[in-house]
Amino acid sequence: MDFKPRNQKDQSISELRYTYSARNLWSGFLFGIGLVAFIDEAIFHQLLHWHHFYDKSTSNIGLVSDGLFHALSWFATVGSLFMFADLRRRKGLWLKRWIGGVLLGAGSFQLYDGIIQHKLMRLHQIRYNVAILPYDLIWNIAATIMILIGITLVIQTRRSLLKTKEDARNEQ
Amino acid sequence: MNSNGHIHDNGSGFEPILLILFTLVIVIYIAAVVISSRRYKKWPLYRTFFWILGTICAASAISGPIANRAHMDFTAHMVGHLLLGMIAPILLVLAAPITLALRTLDVPSARRLSQVLKSRPLRILSNPITASVLNIGGLWLLYTTGLFGVMHQDALLHALVHFHVFIVGYLFTASMIYMDPTPHRFSFMFRSIVFTISLAGHDILSKYIFAHPPSGVTKEQAENGGMLMYYAGDAIDVTLICILCYQWFKATHPKGTLAL
Repeated sequence: MDFKPRNQKDQSISELRYTYSARNLWSGFLFGIGLVAFIDEAIFHQLLHWHHFYDKSTSNIGLVSDGLFHALSWFATVGSLFMFADLRRRKGLWLKRWIGGVLLGAGSFQLYDGIIQHKLMRLHQIRYNVAILPYDLIWNIAATIMILIGITLVIQTRRSLLKTKEDARNEQ
Repeated sequence: MNSNGHIHDNGSGFEPILLILFTLVIVIYIAAVVISSRRYKKWPLYRTFFWILGTICAASAISGPIANRAHMDFTAHMVGHLLLGMIAPILLVLAAPITLALRTLDVPSARRLSQVLKSRPLRILSNPITASVLNIGGLWLLYTTGLFGVMHQDALLHALVHFHVFIVGYLFTASMIYMDPTPHRFSFMFRSIVFTISLAGHDILSKYIFAHPPSGVTKEQAENGGMLMYYAGDAIDVTLICILCYQWFKATHPKGTLAL
């Protein structure tokens, strides 16, 4: 991630976007993870009390995975927003690609939580003492939709990225 | 009842000495600010404010109402722990005491101080990994072994544990955010990774306490204390992450030649 000082005026927006395309994607992806982790904790743990951070007092691996994930999600949220500010500062922000990254990150985390943590490791469920299937379906389908939209946005921006690159080559 | 009275006696025996010590710490800092501001640029007021606030946080954790309740109430103990091991260290690090000392001392003394800072023991101690292990590892030792119970029987051990919590809290904070001259620097990336792992260690411990009460603590108290450690710890850690990321953000300013 080194910065090469260049004459900024000579760089068109598309060139800047090209330079920072990966950083746009990563910043969005990390923010997406942090966002879903935050929503999960704030709404389901603290406001609704549907489940708590520790529902199964035997699974030590679950405890460790949860702790690491929590720490990562905090760092991801704050770090990604500073990356966002950095992209704006460099005039390299590409909102469409960034949002694609957010949806991809949010969807991936939600699907990981829904499949691995809820079903495979059985760490906690979304809710207790109710028929769980509708909740699981909504949770995982919503995750899948986010991933699909995210992939679409990333592919679209990647296409225009390649086009910019080609144009630049033809001009030379 | 009997043992509580016994501990309380010891606590109040320490209290006047502590009070003098904390007042002295504040007075020395202010004196240094006044002396050095005559010779150099004016020392920022917010740093003096942080220093006083940090000292008060540390003092309120080891004497006064919170400290007295901490012997019987695990939640009060955890409030004290947060004040002493997390909040006070951040405030004191932000007050940049070493910069102030170097500014105030005469040249030979300042040189000696920087020699000490550069020395091998301090290089090892200020390594983020060492600081994290001492900090988080110490907490694991305290809450998962019988140490927590034994600590309340022995006044000297009690004082020693509190001293450790404070010193390694400062060491940890200073190894993550560089406010003072730091001879042995580590990259932002390295510090971020170590920080994330120790944050996870703190989270895991607070959940562990939630499920497995330390010796002599009831289940309900352990649950309340664990939750407080988890959520309040988070709030403080986020502050630290923001400072670290902000320093990173500033350091990678586009006008510089090389970022990260």
